[in-house]
Amino acid sequence: MKCVTCRGPAIIDIRRHNSNFCAEHFIEQCHRQVRKAIEEFEMFGPDDKLLVAVSGGKDSLAIWDLLVDLGYEADGLYIGLGIGDYSDTSLDHARAYAHSRDLRLIEVDVPSTFGFDIPNGSRAAKRVPCSACGLSKRHLFDEEAIKGGYDVLITGHNLDDEAAVLFGNTLHWHTEYLGRQLPVLPARDGFPRKVKPLVRLAERETAAYCIVKGIDYLVDECPMAAGNKHLSYKNALNEIEAMSPGAKHSFYFGFLDRAAAFFEVEASIDREGLGACASCGAPTTSEICAFCRLVDRAGGQLPERTGVSAVSVDLGPTRTGSVQ
Amino acid sequence: MQVKVRLHNPRRDLEIEGPITIINLLARLDLNREAVLVVRDGELVPGDESLSDDDSIEIRPVISGGAL
Ligand code: SF4
Ligand SMILES: [Zn+2]
Ligand SMILES: [Zn+2]
Repeated sequence: MKCVTCRGPAIIDIRRHNSNFCAEHFIEQCHRQVRKAIEEFEMFGPDDKLLVAVSGGKDSLAIWDLLVDLGYEADGLYIGLGIGDYSDTSLDHARAYAHSRDLRLIEVDVPSTFGFDIPNGSRAAKRVPCSACGLSKRHLFDEEAIKGGYDVLITGHNLDDEAAVLFGNTLHWHTEYLGRQLPVLPARDGFPRKVKPLVRLAERETAAYCIVKGIDYLVDECPMAAGNKHLSYKNALNEIEAMSPGAKHSFYFGFLDRAAAFFEVEASIDREGLGACASCGAPTTSEICAFCRLVDRAGGQLPERTGVSAVSVDLGPTRTGSVQ
Repeated sequence: MQVKVRLHNPRRDLEIEGPITIINLLARLDLNREAVLVVRDGELVPGDESLSDDDSIEIRPVISGGAL
């Protein structure tokens, strides 16, 4: 196997590009793909203040590292979910990486701040752990991004993640989600702009990137993930990919090019009628937002808000609490 | 001596008779090449490389689960 760029010995083959790379040119290839995603989808510019959601796993550490290498300034945000050893270890990995590159890592610990953890809280709230966890993370990402004055929230979703979510949403024709499954979600009242600069890299490549760069990510899986549908969709897509390299890419990017626009209207209906959550101030279409309801059902408690809380969100003159 | 192979989720160790290429090893273990990387001494091992009897490698899954 020879590197497509320098003809030296290759360390990885990327079948959908029909190319092999040596370590140096593989890193270059990752830079190129991330740069291309940022430019193609107009994700952000050199002056934007970036916040990266960091879990300690391969994708989030890879994107943080890639952005810093590409010259962006980006802080990290870690959410502690109280998932036993997994959470402790993932925090260690996130901290160690931040420390190694002298980067700022913001930490929010769910158990000590909100009085519940994902394993017990989801059981009490009668929710699937990953759904309670996903809801909590999304809420806290938004809240911290707005609170910290960041222009853009960055997540480590890769090509496999996006293809698998698309697969699930298509399998069940969740048309209400299809119009929102984009690499960029623009900022709107109370929500930061959200972008996914890894969409052009497969999961195997983000892991390889970390190994080649010597980034010590957490290899072990979250114990709550076992058997969830997302994993089975990924496995199904990888079976197809093995027979037909490039299938995941054409499924997802073909959707973006030729199908996503058909679902936009339905997705935008969802965005109407936002008000502020009576409890935490976050934007919501209900009186109390989904996160605050989860905290309550999970047996937790919202922290005392001191005066005009920094987390409360200014919805602007047209949106203050009224349904439009 | 045999090729030592470490697998994850659940973590376990196997011994396989060499020489064997990575591609054949993965096929023999019924693993999808899209879903794993092979690592030896902290470095990636390409698919066409042949492992000999005193090699010790790790087959690392790259698929993460969880809601997004
Ligand atoms: S696997 Fe599920 S519970 Fe675990 S971190 Fe991911 S979303 Fe949360
Ligand atoms: Zn090269
Ligand atoms: Zn709320």
